[in-house]
Amino acid sequence: MRHYTQIGVLLGAIAVLASCSREDRILRQPPPANDTLNTVQISGLNPGANLIRTPPNSNMYQASAYAVSEGQKLYEAYNCVGCHAHGGGGIGPPLMDRNWIYGSEPGNIFATIMQGRPNGMPSFRNRIPEYQAWEIAAYVRSMAGLLPKGVSPNRTDQMNIKPAESSTPEQTPNGITGVPEQPK
Amino acid sequence: MNATRSLIAASLAQAMPLDPGRHHMLHAAAPQAGHIEWLYWITFWILFAVFVLMIGAFVRASAKTHVEAIHPLPILEKDEKADRRAGWGVGAALAVTVITLFVILVLSVITGKRVEGLTSQNPVTIQITGHQWWWEITYPNPKADQTVTTANEIHVPVGTPVVVLTNSKDVIHSFWAPNITGKRDLLPGYSSAFWFQIDRAGIYHGQCAEFCGLQHAHMGFSIIAESSDAFQAWQQEQLKTASEPSTSETIRGREVFLTHACLMCHTIRGTDAGSRVGPDLTHVASRNMIAAETLPNTAGALAGWVVDPQRIKPGTQMSPNPLAPDDLQAVVAYLQSLH
Repeated sequence: MRHYTQIGVLLGAIAVLASCSREDRILRQPPPANDTLNTVQISGLNPGANLIRTPPNSNMYQASAYAVSEGQKLYEAYNCVGCHAHGGGGIGPPLMDRNWIYGSEPGNIFATIMQGRPNGMPSFRNRIPEYQAWEIAAYVRSMAGLLPKGVSPNRTDQMNIKPAESSTPEQTPNGITGVPEQPK
Repeated sequence: MNATRSLIAASLAQAMPLDPGRHHMLHAAAPQAGHIEWLYWITFWILFAVFVLMIGAFVRASAKTHVEAIHPLPILEKDEKADRRAGWGVGAALAVTVITLFVILVLSVITGKRVEGLTSQNPVTIQITGHQWWWEITYPNPKADQTVTTANEIHVPVGTPVVVLTNSKDVIHSFWAPNITGKRDLLPGYSSAFWFQIDRAGIYHGQCAEFCGLQHAHMGFSIIAESSDAFQAWQQEQLKTASEPSTSETIRGREVFLTHACLMCHTIRGTDAGSRVGPDLTHVASRNMIAAETLPNTAGALAGWVVDPQRIKPGTQMSPNPLAPDDLQAVVAYLQSLH
C-alpha cells in the first residue's frame, strides 16, 4: 500500500517537472520577412481605429526575458538614454509613465523608433535591424510596467530612481487602445 | 606503425592548434612567465618526490605484511613499545608534510612578489577594457588626438616594461597570455593595474580565462612584441584618421557603411561613424584577425562575419546585416582598404 503512495508521488513530481520549460534564446533571428511595417508612412491619416497592426511575431519579443534584456542593453548602446534618460525623460518624453503620445502598443513603439516623430525623435530605419527595434520596444514597454514581471529585467546598471522594473505596480493605461498583457 | 604515429601527431595537432611558442605556460617570453615557470617546476619536482615516496612506502608495506591466510585469526596483544614507535613515525610524516606545504607556500609568495614588483620609470601604458566578447585596447595619452584605440591586437616594444590598466564594460573577464604572465581579472567598474615586459620578439596568443558568457571560448587576443622602431611606426600609423577611399567600389563601400547598421556601433575616425559600442575599425585592415581572433582577416571571412555573425559566434553582440551582394562586396572592399 505504501509503495503505491510513493509511486503516485513520484509520478506526480515527474508530471510537474514535465511542465517546466526553458525559455529559448533566439540568437539567429528570422530573416526580414515582410517589410509592411517598415514602409514610409506619408500621412498620419489611417482608416480604422488601429494605427499600426502588430505582427504576430512581435509577441516573441514581448514574452522573452532574453529579448527584453537585449533591448535594455541596446537602449543604452544606441543612446536612447541620451534623450529619454532611464525612463524619466529629459529632452525626450518620459517612457515609464502612462502618457503615450504615439501609442503604447508594441507596433506603435516600433513605428516610432523606425519612422521618427516630430520635434526630435530621429528615424532609425536602415540604421538598426528590425528585430532590435522590437527588442527595444519590448524593453520600453517593460519600463512602463506593461510586460509581465517574469520577463521584465529587474536589475539595472544605473542608479535606481524608482522601484525595479519587475516590481513596479501594474499600470492601467488611460485612453490607450489595446489591453496590455496581464500576468497571471 | 606509421599510421599510429601520424594518428597521434594529428590528434596532438587537434589538441594544440597553436604553436606552443605562442601559447604555452612553459615557453616563457617574459620575466613574469619565467618566475611562474620556475615555481611550476619546483612544485612539480617536490610533488613528484612525494608521489614516489608514497608509492614506495605503500609497495614496501604491502610486501612486508603479506602473510598466508591464518585460521583462526590470532588475537592481537597490546604492544606499548610498538605503539610508541608507530606514533613517532606518524608524527614525523606529518611534520614533513607540513614543512613541505610551508616551503611551497613561501615559494609562491616569493614568486608573487617577483611577478608584481615594478622598478622601471618609463613604461608604456595600455588600457585594456573587456567587452562581451572582445578586447578594447587604448594607449592613453594626455592629448586626446594622440590616443591610439584598437581592438584585440596589442602591440608592445620588446624589452620595455608595459603597464596595463584593466577595466571591464559588462561582466568579469580575465586577461591571460600564458607566455607572458599570469591571469588578471578585468572587473566592471573597478580599475586595477599590472605590468609585464616581453624579452623575445614574436606574436603571442592570449585568451579570456574567466567564463563570461556564450562566446567566452572565442574571446582571444594577440600580443605583438616588436622592436621599438617598429612599435613607434605602428603607433604613428594608428594615430592617422582613416584613409580616404580611392576606387569607386571603396567609395560606395563607405557610403554603405555610413547608411546601414554599421555606424550604430563602430567608429571609423575621419568619417561620421563614431559609436563606441563595437571595435574601432579605423585601421581594421592592419590587423591579422577579426572577431576576437576567431577569423583570419580576409575578404571572405569579413563578408561572412558582416552578413551572419550569429552563425559564426552565436550570441555575439553584432547583428546580422542582410546586405545586397553589391553592397556587401563594396563594404568589404572598403574595410580592406583601411590600413
